This record gives sequence, C-alpha cells and structure tokens, in this order.
Amino acid sequence: MAASVLIEPQRNAIKQDGSPVASLREVTKKFGGQVALDRFSLQLHAGEVVALLGPNGAGKTTAVRLLLGLSQATSGEVKIFGGNPRDRASRLRLGAMLQVGRVPETLRVREHLQLFSSYYAQPRPMNELLAVAGLEGLEERLFGTLSGGQKQRVLFALALCGNPDLICLDEPTLGMDVEARRSMWEQVRKLAAMGKTILLTTHYLEEADALASRIVVIQKGKMIAEGTPEQLKSADGSRAIRCITSLRPSLVSAIPGVSSVEQDGQAMLVRTQTPEAVLRIMLQQDETLSGLEVRATALEDAFLALTNQTTSPTH
Amino acid sequence: MATMPIIYMNEARFELLKLSRNRSYLFSMIGFPVIFYLLFGVTNKDAVFHGHTIARYLLAGYSCFGAMGSSLFGIGAGLAFERGHGWLEMKRASPMPAAAYLLAKLCVSITFGVGITILLMILGTALANVHITTMEGLRLVLVIAAGVIPFASLGLVIGLVMPSNAAPGVINLVYLPLSFCGGLWMPIETLPHWLQVVAHGLPSFWFSRLALRTIGYVDGSAVVAWAVLASYTVVFLLAAAFIFRRQEAQA
Repeated sequence: MAASVLIEPQRNAIKQDGSPVASLREVTKKFGGQVALDRFSLQLHAGEVVALLGPNGAGKTTAVRLLLGLSQATSGEVKIFGGNPRDRASRLRLGAMLQVGRVPETLRVREHLQLFSSYYAQPRPMNELLAVAGLEGLEERLFGTLSGGQKQRVLFALALCGNPDLICLDEPTLGMDVEARRSMWEQVRKLAAMGKTILLTTHYLEEADALASRIVVIQKGKMIAEGTPEQLKSADGSRAIRCITSLRPSLVSAIPGVSSVEQDGQAMLVRTQTPEAVLRIMLQQDETLSGLEVRATALEDAFLALTNQTTSPTH
Repeated sequence: MATMPIIYMNEARFELLKLSRNRSYLFSMIGFPVIFYLLFGVTNKDAVFHGHTIARYLLAGYSCFGAMGSSLFGIGAGLAFERGHGWLEMKRASPMPAAAYLLAKLCVSITFGVGITILLMILGTALANVHITTMEGLRLVLVIAAGVIPFASLGLVIGLVMPSNAAPGVINLVYLPLSFCGGLWMPIETLPHWLQVVAHGLPSFWFSRLALRTIGYVDGSAVVAWAVLASYTVVFLLAAAFIFRRQEAQA
C-alpha cells in the first residue's frame, strides 16, 4: 500500500546540500499535561517553501512559535542559522508574520514600516517594501482605517522589513479576498526564487498546493506525512471518475478495483486505482454514459484520507 | 544602518506619536487632571488651607494625579493591549531589544506626566493667581518625572497580568482610590484619621509629599519619601520579573 511511504516521512525529504536554515529536532512541547508537539522534527533548507498543514490545534502555530524563540521546547533542539532563535544575530535574518488580533491603530502604515525597518542592519528600501506588499498609496493611512486584507499586507510587509533569509508566515492570507491572496502567492514565489526560505502554516489546502515545494501534514502534534504536493496527492494512488450513468451504484461498486462509489448530484463519483479497467466495463454496460471526467485526487481528498486514517481506529 | 541608539529613539518617538493620536487615552490622561483642576482648584482659588491656597496645593496634587494616570494607563493598559492581541509577539520575534520597548513606554509616561504638570502650572498661574517661582516649578517637574517610575513599575505588573479588556477597569480601581487616599484631590489633613494612617503606606501619599515639598507646603527631609517610592519600585519590578519568567516558562 502506498500509504507506507507517508508513514516514513524522512524518505521523502528533499535532499539538499549544506546545513539546514532551520531545524526542529525531536521537539516535544507540553502545555501543562497537554502535548502540543510530540517528538516533532522538521528541517528547512535554503529556497524551500514548506507548508505546515493540519487541522486546528494540530500544533502548527506551536511549531512556528518554537522556531521563532517565542516559546521554549520541553525537550529537543531548535536551531535557526545554526544558533539559538532568541539570539539577536538569528533574529536579524528572520522575518515573521504572526496572527495578530489588533495592531496599534494610530500609527500610519509608513510609520509602522519605518519603526520595524530600524531594527535591522540592512532593511529593504521603503518603496520596495510598499510595492512587494501591495501597499502603494496606503502609506499615509492610519492602520486603524485599513481593511482586513490591507492589514494582513502590512503584517506581511513587517515580516519582510529586514530583507530576511528565513520568513515564517502564520496563516498569511487569512481574511484576504481572492485577488489579494493570489498577489501574495505571487510575492511568496518571488521570495522563494530569490533564495529565501519560507515556512507557512495554512488551513487552505489550495494555498499549500499552489505554493509549497514541500508539505508537512501535522496532526495531534505529530508529523503524519511529508512530501511534495504531487507525492501527497498520488499517495493513495486513486483517481476519481465522474460521470452521468444509468448504472446502479451497487453494480458499479461490484466492479473489480473500485474502492468507493458516491452519488454527487446527478453524477456518480467512483474512486479507483485502475480507472481504465473500470471505465472499460462501465462503458460496455451503459451506452448512455455521459459527462465523463477522470481526475487525480485533489489534495483535499489526500488530506482527509490522511487525517482520518490516524484518528479513527484507536479513539 | 540601524544602530542601537536609533532603535531606542525610534521606539520612543513612535510610542509618543501613537498615544498622542489616541483620543480616548488623551482624554483620560490629560482631560481628567485638567478638568478636575479647573473644577476644584481654579474655582476655589481664594480658599486657603494651612497658609496655602487650595489652587496651589492642588497644583501639586493633580500633577501627581496626571503622572500616575499616564504611567498606569500608558504602560498598564498599553502593555495589556499589545500583549493580549498578539502585537507584542510580532515585536518579540523581531530583533527589537526588549529594553527599547519598555524604556520607550517609560519615557512617554514621563513626557505626559511632565506635560500635564506644565499645563497645570500655566492654568494655575493664569486663572487662579498661583505664584510659582521658576525654581519651584523646575523642582516640581523633576519630582514628577522621577515619581513616574514606581507607578510605571506597577503599570508593568498590571499590564502583564490583566487581559486587555479588563486592564482599564482594573487600573481605575487602583488609580482612583490611590489618588484619593494619597491626598491628591484634597489636603490629606482633611481626611478621616484612619485614612491618614492608611495613606502613610501608599506610594501615592509619598509621591504627593515630595511634590508638595517643592512648593513649600511640606517641610523636612525627603529621604523617607524617596525610600518608600524606591522600595515600591523594587517590589513591583521584582513582581513583574517573576510573573514574566513564569509566563515565559508556560509560553
């Protein structure tokens, strides 16, 4: 079964030269009796875009906070650029966009950026920063007068102030409209092309799919899968056949190789690892079959399959 | 090229800018002492108590009141807000030195405290015939600036402990009784005896003694008052450090 590939995540790890930009090694984090991360290991290499994907409370934000030195591991080792994340030298090369409920509202966009830029040795020029974050024309606006998406863009700009080598984005496109989200994706890709390393947490599968060179799926503080979006999607090997047919579902599910049959409105959704063989039989038996579509499993399906696999049996 | 002094200066500059644009903060910080002084000091300008006019006494009292308010609200409510809404985490993940953040808040509290004092001196002189020599005025300003420190330290404790929405209410619960019992609103001698006894344990009382001493209302040594304020500062800072460490361990 292909799922075995996923259970041994290290086998899929992208081999890179040199030491990792950041690493969590066998990190456990407990809050009181609650285990938020359980012997979790993650290495980030230069130029990678890694998406941490997982349901709420899986430990994504905990992993980011540990990496930023905002929280101390109960056990295990956290390093960025070979040093302690709390060192000023480390932080000078790091940019972070966190989930902030409210930012001081009585400073102008330009002033917020100016202040953060002054923390760094080689800040990005202001006009460049405004362009990258899509804030041109908003620089004189008080933060409190911005829309939700614009506020997110200011936080993004703050993460980029110091022209950092490692950028951590915690749910970066939360509250953004489609257009703003696409343009942020574009910027993230440009940063990656510049050789920056990016770690992002997201609960939008589409976002992980669009951006990540590697996806790490966490659940209950443990890494349950790791790989490129393609690897994860093909991991269970199945494809989905969608068509309008007069065949009875019970008949279709009896065809060898069919793993599931669902009714999707008028259409029927058939999951199988051998779509060609299944289709041959279906077409033979139903000459009226129409609206045929065969597609690879969406990341969403792979994700659901993964997270269900590990929840259902024991609990 | 960012150097350390520039970070400290910027932090203070933007903190000042941020608060001076915040109307509700300005109203409670500057509005209250000014309005109270106009109501109770200026309108009673001819009343005399122990050889001093009420307007003169209250100039010192409301200067202390203003300084306490600017440090308790500026630091306490400000920190509770920024901590509670996650903004502080953004700053802590940046290379900003933690000291720059705290010193900026302290400097701004001192600036507001001193500003309120100067404003009250102008109002007292112009509207209530209060006579203050340059030397007296200068000494009052210095006492106010230094007296901000223990209340800023108390603000730090409140800001670390309180959730952001509860902080302003809790601060009022501390601020108003401290001001009243410390003799900031009326001469301490007019309060019931038992309250005067209680007052001797309060930092606000000793702060007002130091301020009143600069205008000649209180005689004698200032050593006890400074020692009490210094002890409160140490206690509050130790408490803040303890709370901060514990929160760090749980973070």
